[in-house]
Amino acid sequence: MSDEHKHGLGKIKDKVATALGKSPPPLLEIRDLVVEFEVQGKPVPAVRGANLTVYPGQTVAIVGESGSGKSTTAAAVMGLLQGTGRVASGQIVFDGQDLSKASEKDFQKIRGSGIGLVPQDPNTNLNPLWRVGFQIRETLKANNAEEGDAKKRAIALLAEAGMKDPDKRVNQYPHEFSGGMKQRALIAIGLACRPKLLIADEPTSALDVTVQRQILDHLDTLTTDLGTAVLLITHDLGLAAERASHLVVMYKGRVVESGPALEILQDPQHEYTKRLVAAAPSLSARRAETPSVAAAVTDVKEAAVEAETVRDELRDAASTGPAEVVVASNLVKDFPIRGSLPFQSSDFRAVDDVSFTMLRGTTTAVVGESGSGKSTVARMVLGLLEPTSGTVEFDGKDVTTIRGPEAKEFRRRVQPVFQNPYGSLDPMYSIYRAITEPLVVHGIGDKASRVDRAKELLEMVALPVDTMHRYPNELSGGQRQRVAIARALALNPEVIVLDEAVSALDVLVQAQILTLLEGLQNELGLTYLFITHDLAVVKQIAHQTLVMAGGKVMEQGPTDRVYDNPTSDYTRKLIDAIPGGSIELAG
Amino acid sequence: MPDNHTYPGQERFVAAADDVVVGAIDAVDQDAEPTGFWKTAWLQLKVRPLFWVCVALLALILLIVLFPSVFAFGKDPHYATLERSMLPVSGEHWFGTDMQGHDIYARTIYGARASVIVGVLTTAAVVVIGGLLGATAGFFGGWLDSLIARLSDVFFGVPLMLAAVVVMQMVTSRTVYSVVLVLAIFSWPQIARIARSAAISIRNEEYIDASKSLGASKVRTLFTHVIPNCLGPVIVVATVALGVFIVTEATLSYLGIGLPESSISWGMDIASGQPRLREGSPILFFPAGALALTVLTFMMLGDVLSDALDPKARKR
Repeated sequence: MSDEHKHGLGKIKDKVATALGKSPPPLLEIRDLVVEFEVQGKPVPAVRGANLTVYPGQTVAIVGESGSGKSTTAAAVMGLLQGTGRVASGQIVFDGQDLSKASEKDFQKIRGSGIGLVPQDPNTNLNPLWRVGFQIRETLKANNAEEGDAKKRAIALLAEAGMKDPDKRVNQYPHEFSGGMKQRALIAIGLACRPKLLIADEPTSALDVTVQRQILDHLDTLTTDLGTAVLLITHDLGLAAERASHLVVMYKGRVVESGPALEILQDPQHEYTKRLVAAAPSLSARRAETPSVAAAVTDVKEAAVEAETVRDELRDAASTGPAEVVVASNLVKDFPIRGSLPFQSSDFRAVDDVSFTMLRGTTTAVVGESGSGKSTVARMVLGLLEPTSGTVEFDGKDVTTIRGPEAKEFRRRVQPVFQNPYGSLDPMYSIYRAITEPLVVHGIGDKASRVDRAKELLEMVALPVDTMHRYPNELSGGQRQRVAIARALALNPEVIVLDEAVSALDVLVQAQILTLLEGLQNELGLTYLFITHDLAVVKQIAHQTLVMAGGKVMEQGPTDRVYDNPTSDYTRKLIDAIPGGSIELAG
Repeated sequence: MPDNHTYPGQERFVAAADDVVVGAIDAVDQDAEPTGFWKTAWLQLKVRPLFWVCVALLALILLIVLFPSVFAFGKDPHYATLERSMLPVSGEHWFGTDMQGHDIYARTIYGARASVIVGVLTTAAVVVIGGLLGATAGFFGGWLDSLIARLSDVFFGVPLMLAAVVVMQMVTSRTVYSVVLVLAIFSWPQIARIARSAAISIRNEEYIDASKSLGASKVRTLFTHVIPNCLGPVIVVATVALGVFIVTEATLSYLGIGLPESSISWGMDIASGQPRLREGSPILFFPAGALALTVLTFMMLGDVLSDALDPKARKR
């Protein structure tokens, strides 16, 4: 522990000594909360005996994966349980009032003025038909807090939430705002009536990391100034530990561990918390790779570093060595956007002069925030989009011009895994049919051999063989993604393009899939193009990294170099924005 | 500003290891019943009483269509003698007789066949034409979409009834098939619109990209991925449309430009019963009631199916 920290602790101990014996009454106290949903006439518990306490002005975070009951707990506090949900037993005491049996009318009094909410998705939580200013004033009106000039108040609130030009913005519609600006407007609404408690349900998970950092920093300052307590709901342990003083870790509706944030992070006790800390990608930046993996990867990494320096030489030599699988040169992609008049359109440059070389058996990561053009690059490498100019060479042949049988051969050798685990599998196809579709399309094998191949592929991705007869809707996101990987592997491809393939998954599942991908790479010598917005994940998997912004490559090179010694300001900003990156895990 | 002072209620807490058992990460629940799209729909349907009411009515209607003589108890719908003109309801003639002396009960039973055949055949034709054109337009987009969409707008702009009246008047030899053809020509755009909008949303799904990346041709992707996924909403709309086609056929027959004179149709019987209504004879109500019940059955079925098959229409 640093000296500074010890000093801080000392000060706090003094404070405690003076305040001892009269700690303030808790603002929110949840005791043995059980929330049940009715599914086909039977009660199914979503929260099973949760306890937590929030003191005035304090930030408390609930951390958990999807289905852990963290959002349900927050919804119960606000009386906003969906559908058949109800508080079956336990107490929710807010400011001395038990909300577990409160009526809708009681909740109406508390919402807004007692408890504010910053919802998860800024894009769907503002009414597109009304000006932002109107929506802020509506909140004030609903809580009878509309005093004086309401418009001036709305402008002041927007300014307070960190919006630039608030007097102009107040008259604009939500679609004129970026995601970050919308979230600021929602924060303004959430804090408009000066609630004692603000519930922030994954307030920034829909935003880019750099915007996330700005918004959370601002929320921190604002709630500290106003003395508002914050109940932060998040799946990101790093983010939670960075922002909250008290952590509550939930798993399957139960609180498995709670206590001071740093203490939990540095010394996790429960099996689940240990796993979570070990898997959190944002924290792994501080963690050394396991020796076995490191050894296996070192060679390829060195090769990647070397190739970086000799790449230009190789290109001049015009003889594609066996090491180079994909060579993208000066890729440019323009999309026409509609102008103000018919037939008048202008071009939007989504990708601007992007070049890179992928070496056999290595992973190339393309990192960038939304709109950086990273997915467009992936689609051009897959041959799904034709570049405006520039070429993608696969094994010496230009992908953009091949047709007919050659194109089919290319498709066999380069396969994608997409982002959305719920969209990448046809819901009408059984897992068997999904995995063997590539074999059917390419006319490989007969029925019996396809069944064998499907079994083999499922084993490769660590799924039980009888999953074959199931349908996608029966599987979790991570399992579907493993099926998608199995489908991609069916044709023995050489290159797999992973477009945000792990972004939608829970941390532990994400780590599991990354390990699986690493194993497959070592075993089968696969080459990955890994598209992601998450720089922390890149560190775990990639040998070479390209950082993109606004269609341009900001920086490229071996991952360790990009990570430890970023040359561009943009990369540095991205790395700094990783939540929890600054937390010392050594403990 | 992490505050390291621990307040009461915020002491370190760790759940007992055996209290919350941490399972394997993301394990497949191998005990769960395997289900698919159709099975899920079936599980939803089978618990709804309305579904079973529809199934019972539908089974009855189908049996009547297939074996009318059994349900007519040997009564001949064509046999007419003026001696028994306009008899009231009796043990001999359950629904009474009409002007010509036909047994109304027998005619109501035998009339089901024409209505249901027209309804089913038209629906089948419309689903095939509209479904294919709509899915193709939605999936391929571009000029093909513009062409099909405008074409369907032209047909959509003409009211079905008006178009059918105008065209059927010009048809000299009217048969069941000419009625089906005319109805199908003017009503495929409705299905095409549904299929098109479904195909547009499916086109953007990642499994379509995945299929392309496998090397599957566009046509193959259309038939193996797009069309099967359009079926849910198409079936729902088609079921409701079936009722509408039966009504339209009855209307055309009522106007005397639907089915040929020799066939037995509820529409024609409504037409012949209508003048008698003024004299207080209820004979109009028997074919009309049968018609209403049949149409209601299909409409209700459409409503029930939409909850199970069309995720967008699913009620919460």
